[in-house]
Amino acid sequence: MTGLRYVYAICRPFRSALQRQLTGVAGSPPKQLTHHGLIAVVSTVPETDFAEEPLRAHLEDMEWLTTTARAHQQVIDALTVVTTPLPLRLATVFRDDSGVRTMIEAREDDFRRVLDRLEGRVEWGVKVYAEPESAQAAGPEEGAEGAEGGRTGGAAVSGRDYLRQRRMRTRAREDVWQKATAFSGRLHETLSAFAEDSRLHAPQSAALSGASGQNILNAAYLVPRAESEEFVELVDREKDDAPGIRVELTGPWAAYSFTGEFAEEPEVEP
Amino acid sequence: MTTPGRLPQPYGHDSGANLADILERVLDKGVVIAGDIRINLLDIELLTIKLRLVVASVDKAKEMGIDWWEDDPALSTRARRDELARENAELRERLAQLEPARGQEEAS
Repeated sequence: MTGLRYVYAICRPFRSALQRQLTGVAGSPPKQLTHHGLIAVVSTVPETDFAEEPLRAHLEDMEWLTTTARAHQQVIDALTVVTTPLPLRLATVFRDDSGVRTMIEAREDDFRRVLDRLEGRVEWGVKVYAEPESAQAAGPEEGAEGAEGGRTGGAAVSGRDYLRQRRMRTRAREDVWQKATAFSGRLHETLSAFAEDSRLHAPQSAALSGASGQNILNAAYLVPRAESEEFVELVDREKDDAPGIRVELTGPWAAYSFTGEFAEEPEVEP
Repeated sequence: MTTPGRLPQPYGHDSGANLADILERVLDKGVVIAGDIRINLLDIELLTIKLRLVVASVDKAKEMGIDWWEDDPALSTRARRDELARENAELRERLAQLEPARGQEEAS
C-alpha cells in the first residue's frame, strides 16, 4: 500500500450522496471517513506525487497546481451542495486513515465550534472594478481638452498645454477611481448589512488578472443558503450602471473566508 | 444532518476566468491543518510561485489571473495613493517657493 490520504474538508454527517462521477485530486473518488461523529472527506493519492519531496516539486509546477486546485475545489463544490464543509487548505495529506482520525480527535472541539457557526451558510464573492479608459472616452472633459489642446500643424505642445492635458487625464482617472471607491464603500455597507459576516480581501491585480479595469473591492460575504437568492438579487439591484464601474459576483463558495477563528496550529519544522 | 436549501446557479466557478478566485481560496484561505506530509505552503505560495510568475512566466500569470506580490501590502491602490502624495508634496514645495516671494512683494 503506497497510498496517502488527502483530506479536502471536515463536515458533519450528511444524508445526500455525492455525485457518482466525482473524482478527487489524483483521479480517485473522495470517500467519507467517519470518526467521533465528524466526517473527513478524503481520497487516496499516490505517494509518488504526494510525499513531501514530489509534492514540493509539484507545487512549483503551475500546470500541476492548477489541475490540483481545480480538482480540490470541485470536491469542495460538490460538498457545498449537500452540506456545509469546513474546507481545508490545498494539499493536507496524511499517511493513512489512522493519521486522519488522530487529527480529528486532536481538533474536534475546534471543528465542531466552527461547523456550528457556519452551518447552512455559504460564501459569495463580490468584486468591483474601475475601468477608467472606457469612462474617459465617454467623459465630457475629453472634448474640451481636444478643443483647447492647441495642437496645430505639428507644432510642439506648449508645456502649459501638456500639463493641462496631463492633469485632465489624471483627473478623469481619479474621478472614476474615486467614484468606484465610493460606490464600493456603499455596496460593501449594503451587502454587509444583509450578510451575517464579511471579509475584505486584497484586490486582485489589474494588470495580470486578465479582467479589464482595476480591482477596487474584493470582498466575501457569509450568507445563509436560504437567503442566497435574495443576496444575489440585492447585488443585481445595487449594481451601478455608471460608466467605468463593473461588479462581478462569484459563488456560492464553501465558507473559505470565514474559517478564520479556527486557530492555526504552530508550524512544526520537520 | 444537513438539509440543503435551494441555491442559485453557481456564478461561473467552472470557467477558466475564475482560476484566480479558486487559487486565492484553496491556497490562501481555508483551514490550515498540519498533516503528516509537512509542506510549508506559505513558502511556496509567497516565494516560489511569486518568483516564478514574476520572473519566468508573466504571460502565464496573466492567463491565470493571479499575482501574489499584490497580496502583499503594496496594493495597486496604495501605489495610486503614493502618486497622489508625491503630487501633493510637489505642490507644497512649489507653494513654499511662491509664498516668500509674495511676502516680499506685499512688504515692499
